[in-house]
Amino acid sequence: MSPPDAPLVAARGLARHFDVSRPLLNRLLDGAPRQVLRAVDGVDFEIRKGETLSLVGESGCGKSTVARLVVGLYRPTRGSVVFDGTDMAALASRAAAERVRRRFQMIFQDPYASLNPRWRVGRIVAEPIVAHALMSDPAAIRARVDELLLQVGLSPADRDKFPHEFSGGQRQRISIARALSSNPEFLVCDEPTSALDVSVQAQILNLMKDLQRALGLTYLFISHNLAVVHYISDRVGVMYLGRLVETGDVKTIFARPQHPYTRMLLDAIPDLEMSGRPRTPVAGEVPNPIDPPPGCAFHPRCPLATDRCRREVPLARVAPTGATVACHAVEEGRLPPR
Amino acid sequence: MDANGTKLLEVRNLRVEFPSRRGTLVAVDDVSFDIAPGEVLGVVGESGAGKSMTGAAIIGLLEPPGRIAGGEILLDGQRIDNLPYEKMRRVRGRQIGAIFQDPLTALNPLYTIGRQLVETIVTHLDMGERAARDRAIQLLQDVGIPAAERRIDHYPHQFSGGMRQRVVIALALSANPRLIVADEPTTALDVSIQAQIITLIKRLCREHGTAVMLVTHDMGVIAETADRVAVMYAGRIAEIGPVRDVVRRARHPYTEGLMGSIPKIGETVGRLTQIDGAMPRLDAIPRGCAFNPRCARAFGRCRIDRPDPMDVDGARVACWLYGEGR
Amino acid sequence: MDALNRALDSDIFHSFRRSPAVVVSAIVTVLFFAGAILAPWIAPQNPFDLAQVDLMDASLPPFWLPDGQPHFPLGTDTQGRDVFSTILFGSRISLLVGVLSVAFAMVLGIALGLVAGYAGGAVDAVIMRIADVQLSFPAILIALLIDGVARLVIPRELHHEIAIYVLILAIGFSGWVQYARTVRGSCMVEKGKEYVQAARVIGRHPAAIMLQHVLPNVLGPVLVIATIHLAIAIISEATLSFLGVGVPPTEPSLGTLIRIGNNFLFSGEWWITVFPGAALVVMVLAVNLLGDWLRDALNPKLR
Repeated sequence: MSPPDAPLVAARGLARHFDVSRPLLNRLLDGAPRQVLRAVDGVDFEIRKGETLSLVGESGCGKSTVARLVVGLYRPTRGSVVFDGTDMAALASRAAAERVRRRFQMIFQDPYASLNPRWRVGRIVAEPIVAHALMSDPAAIRARVDELLLQVGLSPADRDKFPHEFSGGQRQRISIARALSSNPEFLVCDEPTSALDVSVQAQILNLMKDLQRALGLTYLFISHNLAVVHYISDRVGVMYLGRLVETGDVKTIFARPQHPYTRMLLDAIPDLEMSGRPRTPVAGEVPNPIDPPPGCAFHPRCPLATDRCRREVPLARVAPTGATVACHAVEEGRLPPR
Repeated sequence: MDANGTKLLEVRNLRVEFPSRRGTLVAVDDVSFDIAPGEVLGVVGESGAGKSMTGAAIIGLLEPPGRIAGGEILLDGQRIDNLPYEKMRRVRGRQIGAIFQDPLTALNPLYTIGRQLVETIVTHLDMGERAARDRAIQLLQDVGIPAAERRIDHYPHQFSGGMRQRVVIALALSANPRLIVADEPTTALDVSIQAQIITLIKRLCREHGTAVMLVTHDMGVIAETADRVAVMYAGRIAEIGPVRDVVRRARHPYTEGLMGSIPKIGETVGRLTQIDGAMPRLDAIPRGCAFNPRCARAFGRCRIDRPDPMDVDGARVACWLYGEGR
Repeated sequence: MDALNRALDSDIFHSFRRSPAVVVSAIVTVLFFAGAILAPWIAPQNPFDLAQVDLMDASLPPFWLPDGQPHFPLGTDTQGRDVFSTILFGSRISLLVGVLSVAFAMVLGIALGLVAGYAGGAVDAVIMRIADVQLSFPAILIALLIDGVARLVIPRELHHEIAIYVLILAIGFSGWVQYARTVRGSCMVEKGKEYVQAARVIGRHPAAIMLQHVLPNVLGPVLVIATIHLAIAIISEATLSFLGVGVPPTEPSLGTLIRIGNNFLFSGEWWITVFPGAALVVMVLAVNLLGDWLRDALNPKLR
């Protein structure tokens, strides 16, 4: 048993490297070196029960890889994922892993690819129930599927249809129903609304909030959309090139961002209120993650970069705002006010 | 429309149809709007609203079997919707430039970007190879590509996504067109790059006096860039007016719902406004106003008659709430 | 009823109806299958029942030629067997060998392709290198090799009885590579899709994911290959039988009939070999046309 304020999920020094070298023969012929993509390179975070942590960042920052590491689709190169006090990598038997596994589920980005096109909705939603043998009586399973479909705003009659008969938003509801069917406590949501239209996105975000309240769910939410993250999260982690640069309460991050990259991201959001807020032009692009800059990976785009930033990787420290920030400028107090 | 009321582009009662085995689908239905010289008109809507189809009809690149089934499109008072293919090809490029969502499909991977730029310039402007190359380098500098003299001889795959979109913009501008149709130009890009591209399009249009029809699903991009905005729903214009009016005090219930459903950083809300249901499919557009089944304020007439856009102080709104007798 | 209406309204059925060549091919194919299956009941005589064959009827020409007789519409061979009946019975053997060898190749190819595609790594490399090696030999040579080995291993007195099974095995084995390659390719695509990842997160067993999730989604292209492969398998069987290493003459296939008839071509009894030959060509052509159409109809890019 874990203490009451212990995190439900924690990542400890989580890293995942991919070998993206060309085939052996080509390397031997051209003398090309081995190439390693450090998609995630030492990430630490904790999620408390009932809380939503969002990871936000631009493409290639490693946020989706973190999601896949947490649910076990990838094995970490270093570090570990701890679920309710249990180190996932240390689970010896398949049965033990399965018992933990049914306590978390995942919702994917593409509602057109995440449902097997040849299965009927009823079978899709019931899959976790059948896989973990949570129920055996077909009538009971059927009743549970109907209940789940109603819970996500579909009708029990939809059970006998195929995924292609539904719109993107409805398919995402089916995905959510499937994720909920094993009564999980923790959901990993990888860009669940980025393929949807805004009005449908609002429906899904509202549904996710309602379900969280009703079922006491804990979310790890992956998104590139800061406005969505602002709406859904309790805490936010900003990622850049495989590392967390700033983690903190949603209010702190949005009101008093510390890391220059967080500030840059916030500045880049289109101004929907049309307040005439002046915008700092953002320079540069994300570098190639196979060959990241030395020192702080953000230094080539950072207006505050010094020699130290170009040499030394900054460590995460708690800033005066309460957020955890990995930045030499913040640590040295060189940060200009905003 | 600018001060003297000149119009660069006029679209009158445009109708785009897709003949299919199960009957004819109407993708764009009776759409009318103008763009003044140098103006940025945003066209916004959710997928399937007909916004991209409207753009494609204007540049004459409707994918068959789609076809213009009615109405007319005038550029500088000249009809361009019924031009033969060769003539339209000359209008496109010379008078109308195009920017698409995916910069990779707009560039030929087998040629250097310089060759593609020079070819376009020589085709449309009275210029020799050398002068065209100079102009190409100038354009690349204009769109913010560093070391343009060197980069001009690179192939598309040697550029990053954001840089590629800049090249596409340079290509669209290369013959100094009067209108650019940009279909989701920032959708495939990261937020920080998105902001750069929007700033770039705005600056270039100001400098070159080019008008832009900006098709996007992103209200934020519209709010940042457009002078006027047309909101499309199920193939028709629901509301068209100055961007400030549409964004801040939307009149059409659909626009209102759409604006409310966008999460905003400036405000903390417990719940987003949501419009229940989904946009109807083209083969099942309801009678009357296409939005009526999802509209909280629908009344009898909405379910019978289809509203046409009507003047509502400065904007045009297709909604019976603003009809006579209300 | 509802399902039938949906099928009749589907795009595939529509594209089928629009092409007369495909409709004709389908009818011809169905006729061949029906004729083959029903041969014992619809053939005018059982050519292999000596009680029904009369040597007095030997070498009769088709009915429209002088001496032709209406109850031997396509003439008779030198032993008095009705050519039309031998074609019906011959198609039976040809189609049987064709269908079963395709089924064998399919099962083997799909299984190996799924394993290679899903497991990846060394397993994939071993399976696909074997496939590459096999592909560097002509399929007919592989079949001949298997047939030769089988003849050496199996006692002589069993040769006739099991010749047909050896043939099925030989032709089937020479054709698995295509299925394996296609399935492996589609499997690698499907494996990356989110519904497969979802099943992995749920904790399904890899074998269950392969069979329940991946397999149904890679069967489309397999169906196309199978149709085209059926034509190839029929031809392979005919070739082997023509070379004399196929089915024994006691239960001749179309290939065997062509070989036997070939001997009489120059003595004037051309019908003994030409009609079985024509039947083979028509059958293979019809199946091939069907396969081509199916490939186009199932390929969304061409629609």
